[in-house]
Amino acid sequence: MANEISIGPAAPGCKKVDPILVADNVTRQFGGLTAVNVAHVEIPRGKITALIGPNGAGKTTFFNLLTGFDKPNTGDWTFEGKKLANVPPHKVARLGMVRTFQLTKALSLLTVIENMRLGAKDQPGESFWRSLIRPLWIGYENRITEKGDELLKRFKLDAKREDYAASLSGGQRKLLEMARALMSDPKLIMLDEPMAGVNPALTQSLLEHIKGLKENGTTVLFVEHDMHMVRHISDWVIVMAEGKVVAEGPPAQVMKDQAVIDAYLGAHADTDLGTVPINILKAGK
Amino acid sequence: MIQLNIGVRRHIALVLGALSVLVGLLLSPMAAVADETPAPTDEPTSSLVIKGKVKNEGVGVEGIILKVSGNGFSGEASTDAEGNWTLSVPTKGIYDVEIQLDSLPEGVGLRDPETTVRQADLSMVESASVLFPLGVDTRVEQAFGDQLAIRLFAGLNLGLLLAIAAIGISLIFGTTGLNNFAHGEMVTVGALFTWLFYTVLGWPLLVSAAVTILIGAFVGWGQNAAIWRPLRKRRLGLNQMMIVSIGFAIVARYILLLFFDGDTKGIGTDNNIIEIGPIKTTATSLTSMAVAAVALAAVAIFLTRTRLGKATRAVSDNSSLAASTGIDVENIIRIVWIMAGALTALAGILYGLQFQANWLTGFQILLLLFAAVTLGGLGTALGATVGALIIGMVVELSTLVLPADLKYAASLLILIVVLMVRPQGVLGKKQRIG
Amino acid sequence: MDWLSIINLALGELLNPLTAVYVLAALGLAVHFGFTGLLNFGQAAFAAVGAYGMAISILTFKLPLFGAILVGILATVVFALILGIPTLRLRADYLAIVTIAASEVFRYFMTTIGFSDVTGGSTGLSAFNKEFESLNPFPDGIYGFGPFEYREEQLWVRVVGWSLVAVAAVFLWLLMRSPWGRVLKGIREDEDAVRSLGKNVFSYKLQALIIGGVLAGLGGMLFSFSLANVQPQSWGTTFTFMIWTVLLLGGAATIMGPIVGSMIFFVLLMLTQSIIGGLVDIGWLPFLTPPQVGQIRFLLIGLVLMLLVIFRPQGIFGNKKELQFNG
Repeated sequence: MANEISIGPAAPGCKKVDPILVADNVTRQFGGLTAVNVAHVEIPRGKITALIGPNGAGKTTFFNLLTGFDKPNTGDWTFEGKKLANVPPHKVARLGMVRTFQLTKALSLLTVIENMRLGAKDQPGESFWRSLIRPLWIGYENRITEKGDELLKRFKLDAKREDYAASLSGGQRKLLEMARALMSDPKLIMLDEPMAGVNPALTQSLLEHIKGLKENGTTVLFVEHDMHMVRHISDWVIVMAEGKVVAEGPPAQVMKDQAVIDAYLGAHADTDLGTVPINILKAGK
Repeated sequence: MIQLNIGVRRHIALVLGALSVLVGLLLSPMAAVADETPAPTDEPTSSLVIKGKVKNEGVGVEGIILKVSGNGFSGEASTDAEGNWTLSVPTKGIYDVEIQLDSLPEGVGLRDPETTVRQADLSMVESASVLFPLGVDTRVEQAFGDQLAIRLFAGLNLGLLLAIAAIGISLIFGTTGLNNFAHGEMVTVGALFTWLFYTVLGWPLLVSAAVTILIGAFVGWGQNAAIWRPLRKRRLGLNQMMIVSIGFAIVARYILLLFFDGDTKGIGTDNNIIEIGPIKTTATSLTSMAVAAVALAAVAIFLTRTRLGKATRAVSDNSSLAASTGIDVENIIRIVWIMAGALTALAGILYGLQFQANWLTGFQILLLLFAAVTLGGLGTALGATVGALIIGMVVELSTLVLPADLKYAASLLILIVVLMVRPQGVLGKKQRIG
Repeated sequence: MDWLSIINLALGELLNPLTAVYVLAALGLAVHFGFTGLLNFGQAAFAAVGAYGMAISILTFKLPLFGAILVGILATVVFALILGIPTLRLRADYLAIVTIAASEVFRYFMTTIGFSDVTGGSTGLSAFNKEFESLNPFPDGIYGFGPFEYREEQLWVRVVGWSLVAVAAVFLWLLMRSPWGRVLKGIREDEDAVRSLGKNVFSYKLQALIIGGVLAGLGGMLFSFSLANVQPQSWGTTFTFMIWTVLLLGGAATIMGPIVGSMIFFVLLMLTQSIIGGLVDIGWLPFLTPPQVGQIRFLLIGLVLMLLVIFRPQGIFGNKKELQFNG
C-alpha cells in the first residue's frame, strides 16, 4: 500500500522518504536471552511514530540503546547522519534527541521551575568557574525561566511553579517530565509510555500536547500500550515482538496486519484493535 | 570480676537497643572506686602504661628488651624474671613497640616472625598490653617454596575464618539490602566472651564456645528485632540504614570497651607445634580450620538442600516475588540474622583462640569482610566464601613481597582494583539496566 | 562541680581551631553527600592527604609554606581523581566501600615503617610549622576575654581557620545557588534524569568529589598547623564518622548546617564529658572510672548518629523536604 512516509510499500525495515534516525543490526543480549535484535529501522522526520508491542518485546531496551543508556552487543545507528553508537547519553541528548522514562524521573526535591531550568541546554552557569560569577549567567537564566514559565502554562503546571516536584500527582509528573524535555528544543523527543499512570482527565490534554509538538516541528517517537492514543495521534506505527521489528506502517494498516494481531493479542485476535479496552490489552500481554 | 558480671548483663542490654543500654549502664550498681583525679579534658593527668609479658612455651623469659616509640617519645623496657615488663608513656596516642631480636635467647624466635613491631593504642585507654609470643626460631633463611607453602597455609586459615563471618554479611545484604557496618562487633563479641568463659572463668572450651555461639545468635536475633525490623517497617532508606549501622557499631564497640577494657587478650594456650613439611602449626589452628570448613559445608547444605535454605535464597533473589509465593520474608530475615550472629561469633571464637583479640578486633577485620563480600559479588553466600578465601590468601601472600604491616592494605587495594575492572564481583552477575 | 569552668571550657570549643577543621571537612561532605548524593566514607583520607602533602613538601622537599599548601591541595585533587574516576560510575554503596577502604589503605601506607623516612611512620611528622608561625602578625600578648582568651599564636591559628571557613562558606553559597549547584542537586535526585537532559553526570560528580575533597584537605592542613603535627591515627575512620555526625546534626544539604553543627557538636561533647567527669569526681557515678568518661562520649557520638539518621535526617537546619535519603 502506498503512503507518503515510506519509499515503496510499508514493510518491516522499509526506507523512509526523510528519516531522522536510522538503526542497523542493533542487538542486545542479557545472559542467553536476546532482548533486542533490530536488523534495520528508520524513524521518519517531523512525524509522530508509535513503537508498540507486547511486554518483553524489547521496546524500552531499544529506547535505552538508542539514547546511550545501555550498550548494545552489536549495531550502528545514526541521528541526522551522525553516528551515535557508543556515544554517552548526555551527548545524545545534546545532539537534540531527548527522552523521557517509563517510571517518571521528576527531580522530587527540586521545585517545578528548577526542574524546567535544568532542562535548558547551554546554560553557561552550569560550568564550574563561570557559576561563581552571577552576571555571566543571570541573563540566560532569566531567558530560560521565561521559556520555562511559558511551557508550564502550556502544560497547565504554572500554578505549581514553586512547589517541589515531589508534591505533584503521577500525571503531573509525566507532564513535567515532557515539558522539561522540551526546554532544550529537541529535534526528536522519545517518550517512554507517556500515558502510563496518567488519569483519564489529563489524557486528552496530553494527546493535544503531543500533536502540538509535531506542529512545532519536533519529531516524536513514543512507546505506548494505549491503542486509542496510537490510532488517533500517530502517523506511523512500528511493531516489535521478541526483540524484532515485525511490522510497520500507517496505523490503520498496521492494526489489520495479521502478524501484529498474532504477536500482540493472541486470544483477542478477532477484536478490533481500536476498540480493545486497555485493561484487556494489558492482561493479554 | 565486677567488670565481668557487668559484661554478661551488658549483653541483655544490647538487645534492648542502644538507648536502654545507656540507661542500664548508668544504673548498674558497680562499685569501682575512682581513685584518681578525673581529667575533664583530653590531656591525661594519670599515668599511661604500656605493659606486656614475653613467654616461651608458657614460661616467662627474662631480659628481653622492648623499644617503645611514638608521639615524640621513645623509651626502653626489659622483662623481669616472670617475663613481665611495663613502661610509662607521657601522652595518649598510638605507640610502636619493637622487640629487640638480639635480646632473645639462642634458638628462640617470634611465633609470628614478621611481626617485630606491634602497636599499643593508648588513645582511648590508660593501659595497653602488647604480647610477643615466642617459639622455635624460624628466622633461618627459608626456601621460597617453603615460604610460599607457609603463607598459603596461613592464607587458607585466615580465609576460612573470614568466610564464616562474611557469609553472615552476605546473607543479611542479600535478604535485606543492608550493608551492616556493625558486623565486626559480632566477631568481637565471639572472641571476648570466649575469653571471659574460657580464660577467666575456666569453663571447658567446648562449653565456652557453645555458650558464646548462643550469645552470638541472640545478638543477631536481638539487633534485628530491636533495630533493623522496626527500621524496615519505617521504610528507612538503605543508605540511611547503613549509616545507622555505623552509629550502632560505634555504640557497640565502646560498650565492649567499657566492659572488657582495652587490653589485648590472649585466649589460646596451645604452644605445641605440629610440623607438616615446612609448615609449623598448632592443633588449635588445624581444629579451627576443620571447624570452619564444616561450618561452611553446613551452610552450603542448608542453603541448597533444605526448604528453609531454598526460601532464604528465594528471598535473596527477589523478596517481593518470594513474599507473593507465600514465603514469610520477615521470618526468613530473622533466621538469617540468628544464623549470621552464630556464625560470626564462631569466627570470633576461632580468631580469638588462634590470635589475640581486643575491643577493636572485629572492627579491624570488618573491612576485610566487606572486601570479601564485595569481591565475591554482593549477596551470594558462595561468592562471599570465594571472596574470603581470596582475601585471606592476598593478606598472607602479600607478606612475601610487602612489609607485614601493609598486608591489610594489600587486600583492600585488591578490592579497589577488582571493583574497577569487574564491579559486579568475581562471581556476581551483571545487572540489567532500564 | 565547677560550673563556671565547665561552661568556659564548652564555650571555648566554639572557636577552637579543631571545630573549624570539622566545619571544613563537613562542608566538603555536604558537597559530596548533601548536594550530590555521593556516599563518601573516606573523608578522613582527603584531610590526611592534604595534611601529609603539605607537611612532606615542607620537610622533605623544602618547599616554602604557600608552595606546600598548594601541593597539599593538588594532592587532594589527585586523590579525588584516582578515587573518583573508577568508582563514580558504580552504585552508591560501592563508592562507600571503596572510599572507606582507600582511606584505610592510605593510613596503612602512612603508618608503615617502610616509608617512615618520609612519613614519620606511626609517630608522624612535626616541625613543619615554623614558617606558619613566623607569619603571625599579632605581637606577643594575651587577646580576648573570658572563655575566648588566647595567646598570640592561638589567636593566629584561629583567625586563619575561621577566615578559611568564611571563605569556604561564601564560595559554596555562590556555587550552590548557581545553575552548577542545580545540576548537582538534580544528580542527587536522579542521575539518569539529569543525563537525559544532556548533562555530563560523571564530570559533575567528579567536580563535586574534588571540591569536597579539597575542603577536607584544607581542614587537614589547618588541623596540622594547630597541633603542629601530622599523625596517621588522627585520620582513622572515627574522624570520618564524626564528620558524618556533624553534617547530619546540622543538616546535610545546607551551608550553615556544617558550621553550626560542628559548634554544637563540640560544645555538647565538652559539656557531656565535663558533666559526666564531674559526676564521677563527686562519686555520683561510682561505676565509671575517669578514663571511661572519654569512652562514654564516643558512645554518645554513635548514639547521636543513629538517632539523627532515624528521627531527623534533615538535621537541625535542614528543610525536611529538601533532604531525604534515596534508598
